[in-house]
Amino acid sequence: MKKRFHYEYLQASVGYYTALIGMGVLALIGVAAAYYMEHHGHVVTGMTNEIVWGMPHVFAVFLIIAASGVLNVASIGTVFGKTPYKPLGRLSAVMAAAVLAGGLMILVLDLGRPDRLIVAMTKYNFKSIFAWNIYLYNGFFAVVLLYLYTQMSQDFRVRRYYTAAGTLAFLWRLILTTGTGSIFGWLVARQPYDLAVFAPMFIALSFSFGLAVFILLMVALMKGDERPLGHGLVNRMGRLLGVFVAAAAYFTVVWWLTDLYAAEHRPMVGYLFFSGNVYSWLYWLGFIGLGTIAPLFLVFSRSARSSVKPVVTASLLTVLGGISLVYFIIIGGQSYPLVLFPGKQVSSTYNDGAFYAYAPSMPEILLGLGGMAVAVAIVLVASKTLRILPTTLADADVDPHLATGEVAQMKKAA
Amino acid sequence: MSEQGANRNAEKGREDIHKAASHDGMDEARREFLRNIAAAGVISLGGGLTLLTMGGGEALAKKPEEPLDPKKRWGMLIDTTKCSDGCQKCVDACKQENGWEAEPNSPHDVQWIRKVNVKDPATGFMMSLPVMCQHCANPPCVDVCPTGASMQRADGIVRVNMHICIGCRYCMMACPYKARSFVHEDIPEEEKRFHAPMGKGCVTSCDFCAHRIDVGKIPACAEACPEGAMLFGDLNDPNSELSKRLREIPTYRIREDLGTDNGIRYTRLP
Repeated sequence: MKKRFHYEYLQASVGYYTALIGMGVLALIGVAAAYYMEHHGHVVTGMTNEIVWGMPHVFAVFLIIAASGVLNVASIGTVFGKTPYKPLGRLSAVMAAAVLAGGLMILVLDLGRPDRLIVAMTKYNFKSIFAWNIYLYNGFFAVVLLYLYTQMSQDFRVRRYYTAAGTLAFLWRLILTTGTGSIFGWLVARQPYDLAVFAPMFIALSFSFGLAVFILLMVALMKGDERPLGHGLVNRMGRLLGVFVAAAAYFTVVWWLTDLYAAEHRPMVGYLFFSGNVYSWLYWLGFIGLGTIAPLFLVFSRSARSSVKPVVTASLLTVLGGISLVYFIIIGGQSYPLVLFPGKQVSSTYNDGAFYAYAPSMPEILLGLGGMAVAVAIVLVASKTLRILPTTLADADVDPHLATGEVAQMKKAA
Repeated sequence: MSEQGANRNAEKGREDIHKAASHDGMDEARREFLRNIAAAGVISLGGGLTLLTMGGGEALAKKPEEPLDPKKRWGMLIDTTKCSDGCQKCVDACKQENGWEAEPNSPHDVQWIRKVNVKDPATGFMMSLPVMCQHCANPPCVDVCPTGASMQRADGIVRVNMHICIGCRYCMMACPYKARSFVHEDIPEEEKRFHAPMGKGCVTSCDFCAHRIDVGKIPACAEACPEGAMLFGDLNDPNSELSKRLREIPTYRIREDLGTDNGIRYTRLP
């Protein structure tokens, strides 16, 4: 028999309002930081004519990648028919839109002329992948809201389009992340980018970042509101996170292996990946060590079967490793000079040929954190005003197989 | 013709162009006269190579209401054999003309043109050359701009429409020639030029001195070069001095492999 889940608003508690106020304050500080940057110009940031995209873009790109991945949780239930994920569909859709909104807020407030946002909405250069992304982002909101409507509607005539809307949302998110990856993949002039692998790599990254962000917020909401949360479900999600984390790391290895094979790119690969500079450390220690290997150990560990802590820690590490990788891609990639004269040594009054330095400034970091806070705040407000959070995620309610430990036992036997 | 005589002719040609440009009703006869004067401004160069100091014959004044001529494509040939290491005349002239001032190696200041020193580490060969916006026929900066602010004029000049630039800097990511700068802070009023608007929060770059070209002058850098190393003209006109020169000698473009079809060519590249 098909089980009907009950969804309920979050309770009004001191913890809830503390979190909401905290996020609100962070968001306001972020907006104030953006105002400071706009008033004085980007001269007060760490960004330069060489590192043109800085810390705000690290946060924004991380959130935009993660947003499409957050929606996967809903897709796994709707498109791929996995029962334990079905009650998470509403939260997944709301969180995906919230995380995208946070990322876009950062991106927009970092523009040199954020007051001209209306120009970006009314004048399009259809040859620009950036312009296409504006459509894809706006379309994402529309498609996700439609998907949410089909999930939450009481009208069966609307609900019957649930699978169709879920499939559309899944396809849309794949195209969206292809667009985000292509922002870098299509930069033919820059050696660290200019590879088709950026699109699938960003999709794999979105799977891992998104699921990690979802697990963290889901656990926080369920625990914070004292609702039952099964170890079996979290363990299952953790093992899926392990697969995604490994897939993401695989694509980054394809990236540098491909470049390493071409003699013209070897100095770039040496500089970014193997020179022992801050970027090499961010990749190997931050992304591969903390963001890939450690989560893999944690999610497949024995203790993950009886506690949510290893999976939560793994999710946190995936997020930290993810931010390290995005910093590595964006800042590290720009710090390698443009090659105007291959094989030659160059110098000029415009820093030609130099490895570019970058130090993130406080306003940039505050703007980035502000965007993250906006994403969390939207989820908090939505959970309080919409029925998106299931009353229980106990294993017995989600999937009886999880409750009996049947899956784990079968695996053990195998 | 002696080199001194050629220089005098070149000077005279420039003066005539300046005078002519101030009158809107310039008729065809005067244009023809200017072409002849310009053609006379030939300087003998070393090794049998000759270049014009100026292509005034190609850059004829147009009335403000006249549309740009899409048949034209402005370009430049830079004779790098004439370009000395310490010379900054073209850079200084650009600063003066367009109102920007950059501290050496400043990470924030606007730069429209710079001298790049290049050394071949295998052989020790060194040379210096000016690099600015290459006014590509297939400009990556124009392709990537989400709003169309990074644009190409009908006559091939690539520039930024300051009114719709949102300051996203994607063009700076895409330009292979590091030709663009971001205006990181307010520019003092006294330094601003009406014809070269640079607004805080927008991207800016060399526009081939479009304001000069439109009134029949040549870019400030080309005019200022004491060696006459910068030949400006119409790449689409087979009879322009520039086109004739390009047919006679081998020329090269920076990162030709990218297929951007640069409007700026060099007689020698490292």
